[in-house]
Amino acid sequence: MMPDLGKYAVEVMGSYGVSLLALALLCVVYIRRSSLVKRALITAEARKDA
Amino acid sequence: MIQLFMRDIGLAVRSGGGFGLALIFFLIVVVLIPFALGPDQSALALVAPGVLWLGALLACLLSLDRIFGLDYEDGSLDLLASSPLPLESVYIAKAAAHWLTTGLPLALAAPLLGVLLNLSFDAGMALCFSLLLGTPALSLIGAFGATLTLGIKRGGLLLSLLVLPLYVPTLIFGAQAVRSASLGQPFDVPLVLILAISLGAVAILPFASGAALRINLR
Amino acid sequence: MNSTSTSKRLWDAFWQLANPKVFMGWSGRWLPWLVGLTILFLGSGLIWGFFFTPDDTRQGSTVKIIYLHVPAALMAINGYLLMFVGSLVWLIRRQHVSVLAAKAAAPVGMTMTLIALATGAIWGQPMWGTYWVWDPRLTSFLILFLFYAGYIALWAAIEDDDTAADLTSVLALVGSVFALLSRYAVLFWSQGLHQGTTVNLADGAKQENISNVFFQPLFLSMAGFGLLFVTLLLIGTRTELRRRRLKVLQARERMQ
Repeated sequence: MMPDLGKYAVEVMGSYGVSLLALALLCVVYIRRSSLVKRALITAEARKDA
Repeated sequence: MIQLFMRDIGLAVRSGGGFGLALIFFLIVVVLIPFALGPDQSALALVAPGVLWLGALLACLLSLDRIFGLDYEDGSLDLLASSPLPLESVYIAKAAAHWLTTGLPLALAAPLLGVLLNLSFDAGMALCFSLLLGTPALSLIGAFGATLTLGIKRGGLLLSLLVLPLYVPTLIFGAQAVRSASLGQPFDVPLVLILAISLGAVAILPFASGAALRINLR
Repeated sequence: MNSTSTSKRLWDAFWQLANPKVFMGWSGRWLPWLVGLTILFLGSGLIWGFFFTPDDTRQGSTVKIIYLHVPAALMAINGYLLMFVGSLVWLIRRQHVSVLAAKAAAPVGMTMTLIALATGAIWGQPMWGTYWVWDPRLTSFLILFLFYAGYIALWAAIEDDDTAADLTSVLALVGSVFALLSRYAVLFWSQGLHQGTTVNLADGAKQENISNVFFQPLFLSMAGFGLLFVTLLLIGTRTELRRRRLKVLQARERMQ
């Protein structure tokens, strides 16, 4: 299954690893912030209506 | 506008602000270079063009936050804003005063400091000319950065972060002119390009800075 | 006649999005689809690129890095372009959605710039024999990174949201001029080691710059990165809009 990367295995794996890690981190930050703010807004709206 | 310009120059000279400080900073940077790189004359001559330009650029950066900072704090900027003078002209007067008290002395002193770094006479002249043409751009861009960070407490570091990337083109052409001259090549093309940047900055940045000042004073 | 009215209607519909309510509704409906499409395109592009492409005769298996490097670089530039347009629209039309979109685009663009730089450095080590050269393209990207950093730092430093929006927009406009200027100044300063653009959508097929074996997964991956960018942009803009609403509510509570 794993393709033969020859002598450049470290480079290829490394760049995929670094990039995917950065993208994953970015997504996590965006989604976390989104849910945090969403929850805070919902409670604030509820307080206002109450 | 002339009065504002004269007042700013007077303030800078009297308080010992930009005037002496930037020059001494420049001198110290140049003195530190041989300590960092070793006293080898030919090696120093090789790096001198870039180092001198970089030193002048950093020295320019030092006094940027004072251009508007003091006037913003004591409220005289509000007075200026309510005067008939447009804020674009306030910006130009202040940038011009900054150039006259910082950029011009730096440009005149640079060839002398070039001697310390074993820079040839021709290259020293090129350095002087390129700084004369380039420091107006540095002052204008820096003053624009100062208008952006006006309302921020301790914005000095942020100011450098914003302004330094904007200095890249000026630095490239400036150092290139001196490098060409030190190799005995013609250096008129980079000089013209520096002039173009300075003129472009005069044409565009007053409007951006005027807008930024108005936003900050609202 | 008919086509002009359709495009007019689309144009009007586009500007409708400037209304935060319309934007929230529209983006909320499209977001799940976008997430799905992003996963589909990005996943298939990268998996195809990583597992099922042959090695290049000269570059060996390092050619696989192209599926990350090129799309990331593309998005880094497009992100800045989007920031520019968003800021311009804000300064002219005072529509919050556009400036908040610009704000949300900046971290994504900065990450893309970082990925392009990192993958380029890793690729450069075996191919050029060095991680970094002061080549015009590389240097321009580093400068682009600094511009992103300055923009984000200015947003973070100013407390009042509308003042921050105005000042960062001014910075984005002036910064764009200088970024472009730096791009050409850097060309003047050093001749490059970086190859020219290998992927040209318009005439790539004609000139055969890059063979189809590599191009098809690359295209998928580029689409995937583009979709990821749009998805994160929508999520970020929605977050910023909510945060703005939250601040209004909190201010109102304090008033009472």
